[in-house]
Amino acid sequence: MNWIKKYKFFIFTILMMMILFFINRNMGIKAIYITGFSFKEMLGVIPPIFILLGLLDVWVPKETMMKYMGDKSGIKGIILSIVLGSAAAGPLYGAFPIAAVFMKKGVKFSNILIFIGAWSTTKIPMFLFEISSLGFKFAITRLIVDVPGIILIAYILCSIVDEKQIKSIYKNAQSM
Amino acid sequence: MNSYIMYGIISILLVISYWKDQKKTKIALKKAWKSFENILPQFLGVIMLVGILLSVLNTQMISQIIGAQSGWVGVIISAIIGAITLIPGFVAFPTAAMLLKGGAGYMQIAAFISTLMMVGVVTAPIEIKYFGKRITIMRNVLAFLFSFFVAYIIGKVVGTI
Repeated sequence: MNWIKKYKFFIFTILMMMILFFINRNMGIKAIYITGFSFKEMLGVIPPIFILLGLLDVWVPKETMMKYMGDKSGIKGIILSIVLGSAAAGPLYGAFPIAAVFMKKGVKFSNILIFIGAWSTTKIPMFLFEISSLGFKFAITRLIVDVPGIILIAYILCSIVDEKQIKSIYKNAQSM
Repeated sequence: MNSYIMYGIISILLVISYWKDQKKTKIALKKAWKSFENILPQFLGVIMLVGILLSVLNTQMISQIIGAQSGWVGVIISAIIGAITLIPGFVAFPTAAMLLKGGAGYMQIAAFISTLMMVGVVTAPIEIKYFGKRITIMRNVLAFLFSFFVAYIIGKVVGTI
């Protein structure tokens, strides 16, 4: 029964897919095709990320991470969070497991949120692609507005949660 | 392309790790599997949901809505479409470029691109698992509002409002 509970969301989407098939066969086929495409994309990104995280977990000591990105890391920690988030490839959902390992390693909460923000929107490989499709002016304006925006959002989020909530999020990460 | 590089780098790191310490490498792989297995149900659900949403909301429909409208109504619609869809950047940027050529405004496109990347309605179940409901909802709301600011600035700098 535990199995059903764990997969209830997935089972729900399977039911939705079946209903879609009944309503419109072509849409159903298209949905499966797109799901297959997303699945392939996921397979390309997610397994290496998790292996990297496993390696990071056993090889990089907590002290090192805390020194560079922990509570006392200051501006250095902010810059490092932006650089790490921007250098990454892959969709946003790939960033969450990394955030969990960062929590385990004692990275400051605001830095984790900055990392998530950078991953979501200032990715370097994407930036080059954005220039080629939408033009340099568009891409650079977005980047210049986004960097302070990401930091601002991170600090607002930090200010609306209390110490206790952050602690419980960190505790939850231990079990991930 | 990206994934080949990632798999290549990971393989090299794994070999180095194994060569240095077999036991630690085994623990690393076990940890990797445990955390992967933990989040797998959510991933499967999300990609199914994306498939269903994208088949119902096709690109033609999206382009019609963004391309036909202008002003803040168009911006709001584009922002909402960006927030609920999950299109990879490799598809989103050329599509956005096409829409621009088709007469869509820079502000609408900027709102679409910004919420597409920063706001994730369909990935929220995964985010909640790691960050909890409160942070997830607030992060997405803030990012959504921030996208309007981005759209406004890009509209001012790049295009004409």
